[in-house]
Amino acid sequence: MRIAIASGKGGTGKTTLAVNLALKLAENHSTALLDLDVEEPNSGIFLSGQDVQNLRAVRMVPQWDQKSCSLCGKCPTHCRYNAVIRLGDYIMVLPELCHSCYACSELCPDNALPMQEQSLGQIRHLRSGNLDFVESRLDIGLEQASPLIGQALDYADSHFENHKYQILDSPPGTSCAMISATKTADYAILISEPTPFGLYDLSLAVETMRHLEIDFGVVVNRWGIGNSDILDYLDKEHITLLAKIPHNREIAKSYSQGEILYQSFPEVDQAICMIIRHLEGIA
Amino acid sequence: MKEIVCISGKGGTGKSSVVSALAWIAKENLVVADCDVDAADLHLIFSPTARKSEDFYSGIKAEIDPAKCIGCGLCAQKCRFDAICRKDGVYEVSALDCEGCGYCYHICPTKAISLPEQLVGNCYTSDTRFNCSLVHAKLGIGADNSGKLVARVKNEAKVLAKKEEKDYLLVDGSPGIGCPVISSLSGADIVLMVTEPSLSAQSDLARLWELIQKFQISAACIINKADINPEISQTIRTWLQKEGIRHLADLPYSSDFQIAITNGQSVTEQNNTKWQPMFLKIWESLKEIQ
Repeated sequence: MRIAIASGKGGTGKTTLAVNLALKLAENHSTALLDLDVEEPNSGIFLSGQDVQNLRAVRMVPQWDQKSCSLCGKCPTHCRYNAVIRLGDYIMVLPELCHSCYACSELCPDNALPMQEQSLGQIRHLRSGNLDFVESRLDIGLEQASPLIGQALDYADSHFENHKYQILDSPPGTSCAMISATKTADYAILISEPTPFGLYDLSLAVETMRHLEIDFGVVVNRWGIGNSDILDYLDKEHITLLAKIPHNREIAKSYSQGEILYQSFPEVDQAICMIIRHLEGIA
Repeated sequence: MKEIVCISGKGGTGKSSVVSALAWIAKENLVVADCDVDAADLHLIFSPTARKSEDFYSGIKAEIDPAKCIGCGLCAQKCRFDAICRKDGVYEVSALDCEGCGYCYHICPTKAISLPEQLVGNCYTSDTRFNCSLVHAKLGIGADNSGKLVARVKNEAKVLAKKEEKDYLLVDGSPGIGCPVISSLSGADIVLMVTEPSLSAQSDLARLWELIQKFQISAACIINKADINPEISQTIRTWLQKEGIRHLADLPYSSDFQIAITNGQSVTEQNNTKWQPMFLKIWESLKEIQ
């Protein structure tokens, strides 16, 4: 069962929940945790284990072969991303704009734009007991997170097929990176906080899950700050409230140091147990 | 006109709270742009009234006319995004997976594929209760091209700041270091990083700084909730000094921030005597940066 942890708003506790949930599940089941927040991966701060594999992820981008090119001028019209431009007698490729669609390369009558590997990032697989952890880390300066997220999910498909649980720590927001990370999930846990910012961004994440037709429940983190509007919203929208994690400055301090919370804070352990009971019910 | 972009790497460190407080201080002399287009929140503080609202179209998605499709499957075979599947003898595009490359359009033997433009979202120019204009947007659910919408919001705000003869454009950015952030950094004069003392935020800040160094932008940093972990705050201050990043302020952890957001206020309104001097000092320091 593949479970995405997502939020809309950043900093609401996705990584904390993903790491604690995955470790607790791994006490009894084969579990994989995938950090898909490839721009800013943080799950690894909380985990240690033995290196299983360390892969360089690549993607394919065209490279101009001047000798073969007849300067027919078709490639710029085939590229929708302005990644292939003609400047006089030169064809310029801008890899940062390229989406690796292969159109310019395969439609070139002279085969003058062969595809070549370009580094995309790092995929690192660690194992600790029952838990497999995969971190995907995008090279700095690259704009597109989705191709690396896709490769990390492919890695999970081929390595963790028989695991009982796959937990996906997703990027914040509701745009393409978040969608790439959640769209293959069987279930999503949206985590938010009881403030107007948390509620508004949660409502966007809810709309996104409905658009993707993914079943989901909500965890309210830092319960005690803000107000209770978020509960009224969940009630009105008939959304399952999975758990509330109370606000506690000591939790914030412990998190800041990279500590696992459920072993030290009974309120976190209780919330995680409630979530697991729910997951077992829908498995 | 100077453009100041507020970003953080990690989400939830207090970017929007800082932007709201600074806007409250400098309201007569700036335009604010909310470039966190897929989770825009500033409107909850600024109470905007839109004086201009526009649909923003960008990019395309393939559509197959089932009447013209002969089911040859060439499009599905060539699509690198697995966005085309067979259904009832003809082929269909999954809008969610289509990247809008148009490869299929060029090779379809019966010209059954069209490439309609996509509505990315809406872009608004608004009056606010802060007496400054706010340019903001709403990304459509499931829409691509958030980076293009960011560029649109910023551009709109820039033109407006010049027209209104304001000295500053203050931009609230997205978390992360990918396309919306890169888009919000382009053309900026000063980047204001908001961080917090946690190992996660520290790691995210270092990656963000590596990105920022690819641009020619002056950088400053605020450590929010600094007293949550004084040791990590100290490590961050030492790192800022080593990297030549101006450290503008340490802000204490305070429930005032959540109370302000809950009341739809900036923290400077919520507890003026406490926060106004602090943010005034931050604003003055920002103005001094060349």
